[in-house]
Formats: sequence, C-alpha cells, structure tokens
Amino acid sequence: MSTDILGVIAMFLLTVAIGLPLGKYIARVYKGERTWLDFMAPVERLFFRVSGIDASREMTWKQSMVALLSINLIWFFWAMFLLMTQSHHPFWNPDGNPSMSPDLAFNTAVSFLVNCNLQHYSGETGLSYLSQLGVMTFLQFVTAGTGMAACAIVFNAMRNRSTEHLGNFFDYFMKSCTRILLPISMVVAVIIAMEGTPMTFEGKDTITTLQGAEQQVSRGPAAAMVAIKQVGTNGGGFFGVNSSHPLENPTYLSNMVENIVIILIPIALAFALGFYLERKRLGWMVFGAMTAGFLMLLTTTVYFEMNGNPAISNMGIDQRLGSLEGKEMRLGAAASGMWATSTTVTSNGSVNAMHDSLTPLSGMNTMIGMMINSFYGGVGVGFLNFFVFIIIAVFISGLMVGRTPEFLGKKVEAREVKIAIMIALLHPFLILSGTALAAYVYVQDPTVGWLNNPSFHGFSEMLYEYTSASANNGSGFEGLGDNTPFWNITTGIVLALSRYLPIIGPVAIAGIMARKRYIPESAGTLKTDTGTFGLMVFFVIWIVSALAFFPSLVLGPIAEYFTIY
Amino acid sequence: MEPKVKEKHPQERLIQRPVPGRKGTGGILKQSLILTILCIGFFVFLYPLSIWAISKVAAPNGGEGKIVESNGRAVGFENVGQSFTEDRYFYSRPSAVEYDGGGSGGSNHGPSNPEHLAEVQGRIDAFLEKNPTVKREEVPAELVTASGSGLDPHLSPQGALVQVERVAHVRNLPVEQVRALVQEQVEAPLIGVLGPEKVNVLKLNVALDQLDTQR
Repeated sequence: MSTDILGVIAMFLLTVAIGLPLGKYIARVYKGERTWLDFMAPVERLFFRVSGIDASREMTWKQSMVALLSINLIWFFWAMFLLMTQSHHPFWNPDGNPSMSPDLAFNTAVSFLVNCNLQHYSGETGLSYLSQLGVMTFLQFVTAGTGMAACAIVFNAMRNRSTEHLGNFFDYFMKSCTRILLPISMVVAVIIAMEGTPMTFEGKDTITTLQGAEQQVSRGPAAAMVAIKQVGTNGGGFFGVNSSHPLENPTYLSNMVENIVIILIPIALAFALGFYLERKRLGWMVFGAMTAGFLMLLTTTVYFEMNGNPAISNMGIDQRLGSLEGKEMRLGAAASGMWATSTTVTSNGSVNAMHDSLTPLSGMNTMIGMMINSFYGGVGVGFLNFFVFIIIAVFISGLMVGRTPEFLGKKVEAREVKIAIMIALLHPFLILSGTALAAYVYVQDPTVGWLNNPSFHGFSEMLYEYTSASANNGSGFEGLGDNTPFWNITTGIVLALSRYLPIIGPVAIAGIMARKRYIPESAGTLKTDTGTFGLMVFFVIWIVSALAFFPSLVLGPIAEYFTIY
Repeated sequence: MEPKVKEKHPQERLIQRPVPGRKGTGGILKQSLILTILCIGFFVFLYPLSIWAISKVAAPNGGEGKIVESNGRAVGFENVGQSFTEDRYFYSRPSAVEYDGGGSGGSNHGPSNPEHLAEVQGRIDAFLEKNPTVKREEVPAELVTASGSGLDPHLSPQGALVQVERVAHVRNLPVEQVRALVQEQVEAPLIGVLGPEKVNVLKLNVALDQLDTQR
C-alpha cells in the first residue's frame, strides 16, 4: 500500500484513539468533576469575580442565549475597531499594513465572530500582527468556546429530569476555553513551531536567492494562531493560502497534527455525549452515523485526487502522484484529499490545497460536507446540527411505527419539530437563494468579473461561496473575486443568520424538552441508541440534503465531471 | 413561551423557577465587557507570548524561519520555495505568484478550464524542449502544474531525476554523479511509512553548487 494512503489511515485512527479519552475528559469538565486541569480554576474564579459573574447561578436556556448574544455583540465591536484602525496600531504592525475598508471589515468581523473565518483578504498584506492576535486568534478561541458552551447546554438538557436550570453559559464558555481549547492549542502550537512554523514579531524578511533575485518572505506570530485555528474548527489562516503555505504547514508531521485536530474535538464531543449522559451506546450511535458519512466522502475524495485530472492525463504525462494543480509536494494528493474532507465536514475551512482546483467530484464532496454540516461538524455546533436531524428522525420514526415520538424519555411534540424543520431548511434556503442572486447578477452583467473559471466550474465557485458562508466553514473556491461590496455584504448577512439561528434553535428545542415530564423507558419506547436508529438518522440527513441540493450540484460539479471524464 | 404543559403534569409544579438575575440586560452587557477584556489579556497576550518564548528557546532559528546558507551567505528559507529558471539549476514547480513570499497564492484554475489546460500543454512543450532526452510520459505532473501556495519548496524524486541530464550537460558534470546527488537529497516519508518522498529544490541546488565548486 502506498505511504500516502497509510498516512491518511494513520491520521484517522490516531484521531479516534485520542478522541475517545478526550471525550471522557470533556464530559468530566462539563459535569464539573475533578480533572487534572483544575489548576486553571483560580484563573477562572478570578475572571468571574472581576466581571461580577456568579458562575454557579443556573440559567434557563433563554438566559443563556441572551448572555451568548450579549458577549458576541461586544466582540463584534472590538473586531471592527481593530480592523478599521490597523494603520494606527501602535505596535505589532511591522509591515505597515493598511486599515480595512468598512465593508471588508464588516465581512471579516462577522466572519470571525461566527466561527466561519471566510477571508476576503490575505493575511500577509491585509492584517497587522495585532489584528492577527487581537481579532483572529482571540475570536478563534472565544467563538469556539461559545459553540461548545451551547453544546454543553444541550447535553445538560438531555439528562433524565425535568428542569429549567441548564447550567451557566459563562461557566461552560470559560471552561471550554481554558480546559479544552487552550491546552490542546498549546501542544499543537509547540509542535508546529518545532517543525518550522514561524513565531516571531519580526516583519517581512528580504533575501537574495541562490539565483541572485530578491525574494521577500512574510513571517509573523503564526504558530500560536495556526494552532487554535485548527483546534477550534475556525480555519482562518495566518497566510493567504492557509495551511498550504509552507510556513503555516511546513512538514508532513505538522500536516498530520493540524489535520487531526480539525476533527478531534468534534469526534470527542460525540463520545462526550455518551459519557456525559452515561449512555455510551448513544455516543457510539452518533459517532457511527457521523463516521459513516465522513468515510463515504473521504474515500471518494482521496480516490479522485489520487487518480489525477483526466484532461491532463490525456496530454500523455506522468500523473501517478495524482492531481497536483493547487497541491503541495510535501503533502501529496491523498493527504490533501483527507484535509479537504476533514475541513468541510467540520466547519473548519482551513485548506492545504486549493479547493478550486480539485477534480470535479472531490469539489462536490467538499460542498456536500458543508451542505450536511454535521458529519462531525464544527466544535459544539456540529453536534447541534446533528441534534436537529435526530429530532426529525425521531419524529419520522414515530410516525412510521405509529407511536408518539420520544427522545431520551421526553415527548417530541409539534413545536420542537417545527423548530427543527425550520433550522434544517434555513441552511439550503440561505445557500440556494444566495447563489441564485449571485448568478442572476452575473448573468445581467458578466463584466463584474467575479469568476476565475468559465462554465459549470464558474457556477460552482458561486455555489461554494454561499455554502461555505452558510455552513460557517470559511474555505472557498478562491478563484472567486470576492472582496467586493456585493460579496462582502451578502455573505456577511448569510454568515450572521446561519450562525445564531442554528445555535438558538437546537438549544430552544433542548430547553423545551428539558422542562417536560420524564417518561421512563418501556417496551414501547423507540430505542435511539441502536444501529437501526443510527441508520435512520443517516438516511434522514441524506434525504433532506439530496432533495435540497442535488439540482444545484448537477449544474455545477456533476456537469463539469461529464465534460472531462 | 410559558409552558402550557405545566398544568397537565402535576410533577412539574415542583420545578423551581430559576432565580431571576439581579441585573437586567445592561448588567449582562457589563459583565460580558469585563470578561471580554480579561479574555483579551489572556488569549491575545499571555497565550501567544508564552508560545513565542518557547519558540525563542527551542524552535529552529528562534521561531524566525529556518535559513539555508551557501558559502556563508543566507540564500533562502528552507521552507519557502524560490524560483529557479536557469538551466544550470533544477527548476522549481510553476508558481501562480512567481515565488513572491510576501504574498502567496495558487492559480485556482478548475480542472476543466480551457485556459488552464492550454497553459499546462505549453509548460509540457517548453519542458521537453529544454530537456530533449526526456520522454513525454516521464514528465511528472508537478513540473507542469502550479502549487497551492505558489511557494512549494519541493519536487517529487522523479521531478528532480528527469532534470538530471540537462543539469549535468549544462554544468559539464557526469550524469551519474548528479543523479547520485539527487538520490542523496531525497527525503524519506515520515518514520519511513507515512506520506510522500520529496526533494527540497533549494537544498538540492545548494548541494549542486557545492559539487561544482569542489570539482
């Protein structure tokens, strides 16, 4: 077997092997049990005391959501402020990069605030180091913490009892940051720094190459930022081309580490659910359904990338190493396919190869990953999306067997199902209406010059951009000329809608269900921790997504496939 | 959203109403603001500076990027590819940004883009012209396709080996000696089994210059 494929298998197995104990640890953190990171407790207590927050006060789901939105609002203003004043930053701007235009600052602030990290700028020329750390790194920590806190609230709501008290948002948020995200990020940052990722406050270096030309090389405090961008499924790179940049991702080892942590916490959270509720089989059901979807996308993507572009094979050259346009030789086609899948099934969106240059069906797979957005999904929010599909699956199964649908001893009634369906349909609505609007504008005035590729692939570029925005992913078919007011504003709006509603929806469902009477399991209960139910959820996900997205995929990647195969 | 179900299930009357917050939304905003400031101190300064301090001590070149030297002169960063266009050097891969390390970028050309395919065809023809002893089916794809970053420092072993005869010819070196040099420079997969083999073009060319001067 080729060493490229062995690398991919090793990455996946390592992730699961680390994810299982990490899931156990996360469950302990959210339950408030003792962990070996309890030495962080004084820091957390100090923060809460100074802020005047009583972290032991339990909140209702509505109070939690108010707290979530309030703190997010403050982060938004902080980000806008830093981005629009970059040219005046008193320190950490050695390259003298300029301030952002208002529409670009809006897009960037929203995009990082919602954990999406869509980037319509290039890090080397568009950001000061102060912004890289003050906006990007900061938001990459706290927004990941926000998503995980929302997830913890839902976990809490699923316990066997009737209550309105669902923990304290600030407590979950802070612990997610200090006990989970921070330690993992530190380990990753140190490893990639050793591998050669820069961590310096020096500006660009100018060097005379061997051939005698001048070459400028951008540097910066990259290692610290790259670590959390991967760990928190954020994905916004330090350099313009993200982790395909040889300083951001210098070796195969750094690539393995960065790729593993993309899916590590999302996988760990599936297990954490099982440990938290003491229903390990349920955790395995969630992990199993997610993994089945992930592996389907992974194997086909790796296969197509390793087989190369047939249009280039026809030219008679040696394409044994796969399709290499937009890829890096230290990583290879297989590891690029692995990353492309990992980054799109989660809401990460970092890249180690240019997705615009992927072969057509791999490009489609990356879009499917984002359209479904719950085959692992982003930290915290991935499980929330999956939870919505569980509710729908419970409802449909209930109808099929003629019983009142129940999930974990709570009745699933009309209001919960309505919310779930609205959240499930919001995603296709935002993607398809955005794409339709952009396609319309383009057809009316082809001189807007957005597209880097003609024909079907050009359509894919627009479809991908809204899919990425709505999935809070942040990767792109980067040929799209997206730093224009049209794209900055429309994707900014999609970003905001597609972040907060899909958090509030599932939390509301969970909050409403938590209040209901607990019905002990009986012979008539639909078992939700079985393989059969896992399969049911899996099919519900595919049916909802296929109905919504298949026509648009036919117009883009599938049509392109038939032009070159 | 008052729960109507409450009347239906007497058990639920026992549920305690949550303790109302002593402060309203204004209170939450103020709490959030202070917590934000503290988090900024922690994640924007403390965390990066601790990674910076560790890098300063332990990372290659103090975290400023690994430098490659030739005859005591710094000629580039090991991890950042550079343009080699002269025939006496091994070429790097094509780059969409001409190896401008102040920026970075790929072509973002789709697989069916006719402009892209014409460009690849042009590169194949140009390569074959410069390397007349090489057969078309021996040209590896990376030599005619642009990398993702535009700064790819590596080639596959085959990407270097097909250039051996040209380089040896231009430099008047024995072909076998140059081929041995390439083979020496091949970096094995991680722990021997994970990922691709590769050759760092800058290091290869530095070694090539050394070989030439030793002669």
